[in-house]
Amino acid sequence: MTPEIGLTQTSRHARHGSNIGQPLTRRDGILKVRGEAPYAADQHPAGMLHAVLAVSTIARGRVTFLDVNAAKSHPGVVDVMTPAHKPPLAEDPDAKTNPFMFRMELLQNDAVRYAYQPIAVVIAETLEAATEGAALLAPTYEIQPARVGLDSNDSFVPPAVGVGHPAVIERGDVEAGLASASKRIEAIYETPAQYHNAMEPHAIVAAWDGDALSIDTPTQGLAMAQGRIAGLFGLSADKIHIRSPFLGGGFGSKGLISGPQILGIMAARLVGKPVKLVFRREQMYGPVGHRAPTRQRLRVGADGEGRLAALDHHAKITSSSFDDFFEPAADASHTLYASPAIRSSHEAVRVDTGTPLFMRAPGEATGSIALESAIDEMASACGIDPLDFRLKNYAEVEPISGKPFSSKALRQCYAQGAERFGWSKRPPAPRQMRDEAGFLVGWGMGTATFPALMFQGAARAVVRSDGSGVMETGAHDMGQGAWTALAQIAADGLGLDLDRVEFRSGTSDLPDAGIAGGSAHTATAGMAIHNAGAAVIAKLADLATSDQRSPLFGAGNAGVIARDGRLFRRDDETRGDSYVDILTRAGLTEIEARGTGTANPAAQADYAMHAHGAVFVEVKVDPDLGQVRVTRAVGAFAAGRIINPRLVRSQLFGGMIWGVSFALHEEAVIDRRSGRIMNPNLAEYHVPVNADVPSLDVLLVDEHDPHVNALGIKGVGEIGVTGSAGAVANAVWHATGVRVRRFPIRIDDLVVGHQ
Amino acid sequence: MKTFDYVRPASVSDAVAAATEPGAAYLAAGTNLLDLMKGGITRPDRLVDITRVPGLDRIEPMPDGGLRIGALVRNADLAHDAEFARSYPSVAEALLSGASAQLRNAATVGGNLLQRTRCAYFYDTASACNKREPGSGCDARIGENRLHAVLGWSDACIATHPSDFAVPLVALDAVVEIAGKTGRREVALEDFHRLPGDTPERESVLEPGELLVALRLPAEARGFSAHARYLKVRERTSYAFAVVSAAAALRIENGAIRDARLALGGVAAKPWRARSAEKLLEGQRPDAASFRRAAEAALADAKPSGDNEFKIELAQRVLVRALLLALAGTPKRVPALPASPFSSPAGAFA
Ligand SMILES: Cc1cc2nc3c(=O)[nH]c(=O)nc-3n(C[C@H](O)[C@H](O)[C@H](O)COP(=O)(O)OP(=O)(O)OC[C@H]3O[C@@H](n4cnc5c(N)ncnc54)[C@H](O)[C@@H]3O)c2cc1C
Ligand code: SF4
Repeated sequence: MTPEIGLTQTSRHARHGSNIGQPLTRRDGILKVRGEAPYAADQHPAGMLHAVLAVSTIARGRVTFLDVNAAKSHPGVVDVMTPAHKPPLAEDPDAKTNPFMFRMELLQNDAVRYAYQPIAVVIAETLEAATEGAALLAPTYEIQPARVGLDSNDSFVPPAVGVGHPAVIERGDVEAGLASASKRIEAIYETPAQYHNAMEPHAIVAAWDGDALSIDTPTQGLAMAQGRIAGLFGLSADKIHIRSPFLGGGFGSKGLISGPQILGIMAARLVGKPVKLVFRREQMYGPVGHRAPTRQRLRVGADGEGRLAALDHHAKITSSSFDDFFEPAADASHTLYASPAIRSSHEAVRVDTGTPLFMRAPGEATGSIALESAIDEMASACGIDPLDFRLKNYAEVEPISGKPFSSKALRQCYAQGAERFGWSKRPPAPRQMRDEAGFLVGWGMGTATFPALMFQGAARAVVRSDGSGVMETGAHDMGQGAWTALAQIAADGLGLDLDRVEFRSGTSDLPDAGIAGGSAHTATAGMAIHNAGAAVIAKLADLATSDQRSPLFGAGNAGVIARDGRLFRRDDETRGDSYVDILTRAGLTEIEARGTGTANPAAQADYAMHAHGAVFVEVKVDPDLGQVRVTRAVGAFAAGRIINPRLVRSQLFGGMIWGVSFALHEEAVIDRRSGRIMNPNLAEYHVPVNADVPSLDVLLVDEHDPHVNALGIKGVGEIGVTGSAGAVANAVWHATGVRVRRFPIRIDDLVVGHQ
Repeated sequence: MKTFDYVRPASVSDAVAAATEPGAAYLAAGTNLLDLMKGGITRPDRLVDITRVPGLDRIEPMPDGGLRIGALVRNADLAHDAEFARSYPSVAEALLSGASAQLRNAATVGGNLLQRTRCAYFYDTASACNKREPGSGCDARIGENRLHAVLGWSDACIATHPSDFAVPLVALDAVVEIAGKTGRREVALEDFHRLPGDTPERESVLEPGELLVALRLPAEARGFSAHARYLKVRERTSYAFAVVSAAAALRIENGAIRDARLALGGVAAKPWRARSAEKLLEGQRPDAASFRRAAEAALADAKPSGDNEFKIELAQRVLVRALLLALAGTPKRVPALPASPFSSPAGAFA
């Protein structure tokens, strides 16, 4: 809650009147810089013990022995939780009653289904003792050969991909389109397994009090976590109180509560004391999801004028041996380019890893780098500039559905981005540009897109007789700035200045704000806040307009507007009444109302809703040594109403850097025999450092969308990744003439003679 | 973590005495050792913290014009020592190309030279690794080994030595001073690290308990300061270990190479001095052709140890480029992206 955690209440950037649209700095910024923002692992309730996971070193098989005695006799070790010794659960962790319920390993048996799977939990008085206890368990295994990689098992057509999307969709006749095309390309692109690697490792501090459970843990979905825990422990949800005021990143890995977090709760139950469990970095490479590796085949046909005749996108992906999540990579071809025939299809292989899950732009990121590369290859085959080619194939309606777009300012994105970048000076052939030092220079572009989604959220608004307001919703700040952006919406919704609003968020006892995922959080929670604000204002207006002592008496509900803590007659703004006076006269200390935010099904049926963008990238490549560096990137994005341009730019910067990372850096190196990930740490699992991205430019393109929701918000969390990764790949081609189709692009690929 | 003793000796002789016991390990800044301990890769019974031993943190000019650098001098302090950077610019550049600013502020000279390999199988205690557990095998040999050694490796171990610092040092004939139970000795850095052979667990010539007390750079090495560079190819612009690196230093007289010093990093279990290539260059005109011939000679004995054949060609190119950079002249200041190909001045390409 705001006062407790000490958020900045005012901002020197705050303006009177509308808060929405102002570039306020983060209200949690000072706290974070000072290290005072309380993350879960910072909590130390009295009497707390430390739990450490013992994880499997094999990827498939059975644990045959754990030296529990050795662990227990280590000084400080209190207990060892194993399949034979653990508190009972009310629900089978392998049960799956809805697609958002993922199977987890809660020591239900001795099976090992992937490397880094928890196989025991050691609880001790100190972290060091628990760590050593875990090492002393020295497990032995019955090992079965691990299935590693896209060719290690039979493939099948998954029942659905992503969240309930058909695995195969065809519109038009792709084969006929290809047959009729005058230009055809067919290419295979590969993307590796990637891990979320949020800066903050997953952590939980759990304390039981009878059958009441108090938890500090980072989560992108408070209500879903609460529900899952309630099911597993047979509790009613209101017995479970979760605090998650800050997340040090999540990127999807904290969307659903993970098995090891539940193990922390079980450990606390077992020992009857509060327990803290913090993942080690390598323990984040198994049970919290990842982006599945893909092998994508694109077949593209175009007519003599460079118009697409067919687009066939096939993706082979992996999932785990025991659960279903299928990266919807090929769906990336549904929305961007007009083609009379489009097919997306998926094929999956079960391998011995943790279950892949949502990771920032799931499907869109993997699919987009392949699609944007293929479009670039086709543009080159047709002898057309990549931007002109994209404009030629601009989708006026959503290609896969034929629906009109609720709004689409992509043309403006292309134009503004190209102008800022200087794209018109690009020579068409590759390997034409050098800088003064002799580095190869290449320019590439990609189109960005991400669906404008909404989940369901609720909020509660209060206006107090001292003229202040309260807004409550259990939203999640993963670093994206919910504490700030949602408070801005709250202030406008309540007709108050930001410093008059107490914005409460981040705990499970507040109204459910919906999951912070799918780039939908600001839209969902924001609409709930907006509607709760409108509802409480309507109540105030009722009071005023029916009170003879009010200057607003008789104005009627529709006839007032709220601003600066007052209601005004819409037709005569000289007549107004303050919240203080309205409530005081009514003898009320406060008045409250609730609101919900959810998508409008009618609008969804009629319109395709997406954010769009265009990304332009310059790379330099050492012609002999193959080292690549992105020297410039410009992204122009149209994503509906921008609540806070400062925060939105940061999101888009982050997304674009992620795109650079996708194209050039990120890869989980998996040992082909053992199935273990060999680089499960931030020294060896590379993401870009500052020196890798010297210049970034984000343009926010105006877009008014009357259909997505009343606030016109589309969401910006994920779109920056899409388009960017392909733009980097295309720029590398343009610099070198070498088309690398396996990502990340490596030095080996570019050292001539070893392509 | 395993419980261990912690001692903080106040003199070199106390340190040596404390570290001679089996299971003891010296602790300098701990940027490598503590990671290894947390991962269970090394499990010492006793840490001998040498950071309070007096006298090991000095940079001292020697009467003969050389420079003596104490084992506890921090990487950053050394790199930013003006006199040092002027005299041995490629060493400063190598230092600044390593790790991150935070790590360099902590890491010591001795710790840098004695850091362990970054072979992932060495770090993964579930893998077979002859270096970590002699006789257990080498999983890297048949595993993910694109970045492993192409020179001097054996079937027992194909790991590389990760230090950047050591590469120009070995080129410039640095010497290390060692203190042991029986007194002091000195060893050329070139002979300090060992190739794996059948005993990859023995990475240097240090005997149990021996302490590296100082590093010496000879006066003669200053003669290269006008033409000395370090070049490091890596998978991101900063904060990554070398895929391949090279140190090149030239003395040019009357348009010909009077003397050349070359070493490679990231290719072998030790910083790899390329003496045959140096010989080829002596008396030659410094140009791309002679550099290429030298580079080919330097890699003549190279062979892939796995999916790393590209490193053989890459190493030659890195060497050629490092020579071209050295020929172009040492920049007045260490470039903003030290040792990066992207910091080359104009015209450095072959
Ligand atoms: C993320 C990361 C990235 C890195 N990147 C690079 C890089 O790009 N290039 C690079 O060169 N290095 C890199 N390093 C390695 C870094 O340079 C070393 O960790 C550091 O130099 C070690 O110094 P230290 O003082 O911390 O040694 P410690 O960790 O204290 O010791 C290392 C080893 O040396 C032994 N030791 C230390 N001092 C002595 C002595 N005087 N006599 C005998 N034995 C001794 C210790 O027992 C231990 O075995 C990186 C490290 C990390 C963690
Ligand atoms: S290469 Fe050397 S360090 Fe790596 S696993 Fe093999 S023996 Fe161990």
